[in-house]
Amino acid sequence: MSQFMINMIFVAGSFVIYTWIAIWARAKSTREFYIAGGEVHPVFNGMATAADWLSAASFISVAGLISVGYVNSSFILGWTGGYVLLATLLAPYLRRFGKYTVPDFVGSRYDSTTARLVAVVMLIIISLTYVIGQMTGAGVAFARFLEVSSTVGLIISAVVVFFYAVLGGMKGVTYTQVAQYVVLILAFTIPAIYLSLQMTGHFLPQTGFVGQHLESGQPLLHKLNEVVRDLGFQDYTANVENKWNMFLFTLTLMVGTAGLPHVIIRFFTVPKISDARWSAGWALVFIALFYTTAPPLAAMARLNLIESIYPAGTEQAPIVYDERPEWFKTWEVTGLVKFEDLNNDGHVQFYNDKNVEFEQGTAADRGWAGNELTINNDILVLALPEIANMPSWMIGLMAAGGIAAALSTASGLLLAISSAVSHDLIKNTLFPQISDKTEMLCARISMVGAILIATWLGINPPGFAAQTVALAFGMAASSIFPVLMMGIFFKRINAKGAVAGMLFGSAFTLSYIFTYLGWFFIPGTNSFPNTPEFWVMGISPLSVGCIGALINFIVAISVSYMTEKPSAEIQRMVENVRYP
Amino acid sequence: MTDSKEASNKAYWSANLRLIVFCLIIWATVSYGFGMLLRPWLMNIHIGGADMGFWFAQQGSIFTFLILIFFYAWRMNKLDKKFGLEE
Repeated sequence: MSQFMINMIFVAGSFVIYTWIAIWARAKSTREFYIAGGEVHPVFNGMATAADWLSAASFISVAGLISVGYVNSSFILGWTGGYVLLATLLAPYLRRFGKYTVPDFVGSRYDSTTARLVAVVMLIIISLTYVIGQMTGAGVAFARFLEVSSTVGLIISAVVVFFYAVLGGMKGVTYTQVAQYVVLILAFTIPAIYLSLQMTGHFLPQTGFVGQHLESGQPLLHKLNEVVRDLGFQDYTANVENKWNMFLFTLTLMVGTAGLPHVIIRFFTVPKISDARWSAGWALVFIALFYTTAPPLAAMARLNLIESIYPAGTEQAPIVYDERPEWFKTWEVTGLVKFEDLNNDGHVQFYNDKNVEFEQGTAADRGWAGNELTINNDILVLALPEIANMPSWMIGLMAAGGIAAALSTASGLLLAISSAVSHDLIKNTLFPQISDKTEMLCARISMVGAILIATWLGINPPGFAAQTVALAFGMAASSIFPVLMMGIFFKRINAKGAVAGMLFGSAFTLSYIFTYLGWFFIPGTNSFPNTPEFWVMGISPLSVGCIGALINFIVAISVSYMTEKPSAEIQRMVENVRYP
Repeated sequence: MTDSKEASNKAYWSANLRLIVFCLIIWATVSYGFGMLLRPWLMNIHIGGADMGFWFAQQGSIFTFLILIFFYAWRMNKLDKKFGLEE
């Protein structure tokens, strides 16, 4: 059977399961549509949260990102550590409050339509930026594995999401996410186990990571350091001299994670406060399965990749281009692997030509005239099954896994957007008198609208779509997280403080990002070059979200103390949130 | 709300706050401490083939986060019971 057929069977098989769930989990009330009736078991909610969280970008790109070395540990720490903040500072209290959406909490706690609307705007900016990446991600996964154009792939994905999200709302999304989690985690861990067994003899990649490299008998990480050093790269485990930015970036990712609306609303779906607490733990269990596998996978895949270019060792000549392996040819077609024979010797020299000392020393001695191989980081995961000679069913599984990761996150985001529109904008602001049935119709129409917009933006991605990390995490950290946390922990914060805090925090963060990355991300409009010597206090625009959060806290507290106390009723409401 | 009820609620809330602070201190110590700022001083301690700082940055912190969240849930559920605040 051809690889195409195998991929087809895996992807089509997973789609049949999602559609079947969609029909089974139809929503019959707004409560079911927004929060799945509040009846989701904490373990299932944990799985759904993990699927919500693990996006197309995490599935395809995280291992590549981490494979750069120690410096990118920020991603691993940031995207897991945020759950400790969620579990202790937000999830149980928001569940206790018993609302349907994040702006719903903001609007009720601060008793202010302005605060609610500001939160809606923030939510839409954050979720829309995020969802575009998911839609294009699904398209890319389709294009890679099923030989259709990415536009066709994107439209097929949109139709599938349409089915279960419009019919089932949160209920449909939740149970498909559970299935999607199973698919994506198998697709990610099985190849990692396979590679770990091959390279270290350990079944668990997590122990293989700190174990011995079978072929050389050295610890895996030592071997990797040695190999990358031979090619002029920085040691894999090399320390980072100045940790200021690594610190701020990690903090921004953590606080941003805790402030992402599509993650927060997942905790509204469990029956009780104690379930919300357990559920945060379960979510991290399922996320940790992924994020503790990614670093070993990154290290092993990078070593494996170098070994396949230098089969006789880095001291010896690399492979001859005309005798290049199959995966090389396959991925050259996509442009993710590029070769240019600079010294016309027919060999594929792959090394770090940015390292001046190495370029003038070893490289010159070996007759190398520059790096000849450009490899996109995503290749580490996408081409892994082929580079490591895995059986063809694993490639099929990877295809289904990548698509599952994209769809599950996309549907979570679309739900966050549509429920904010139908519940906060239509029901709670414009037309409070509409019935439950009409609201449900509005929710479904909003969902259709959100899918159409996301699909259109996925096909014609605007410039800012590539800035998910800066925009979504920066905004979530500087606007949503502080307003929620203060709503629970500081009784004294009033509506004026909350609104001022959100506006100042996010305006500061956005302007700082725009200053270096271009105003509204239009290329060439940046006020300063995006290099460390131009950053204020050495803060990178990607790390600025946590400073924005600090500004939000300071502004909100100052404004609140200068204006009136929240009413006795609001204070009692906050009290009630604190005690189960 | 009666006085005794109010006092008991206050005690519950401050016990919760103490627990949160405790969890967040450990959260920060393993990730920002061991995994980042303290790494140069932990280079000689090894966990298998990795130095302690590197291991905490890429593996250990996540395991610690997990333990923390479950510990918090378990302690809070006990507190709920002690103060008669179960749902």
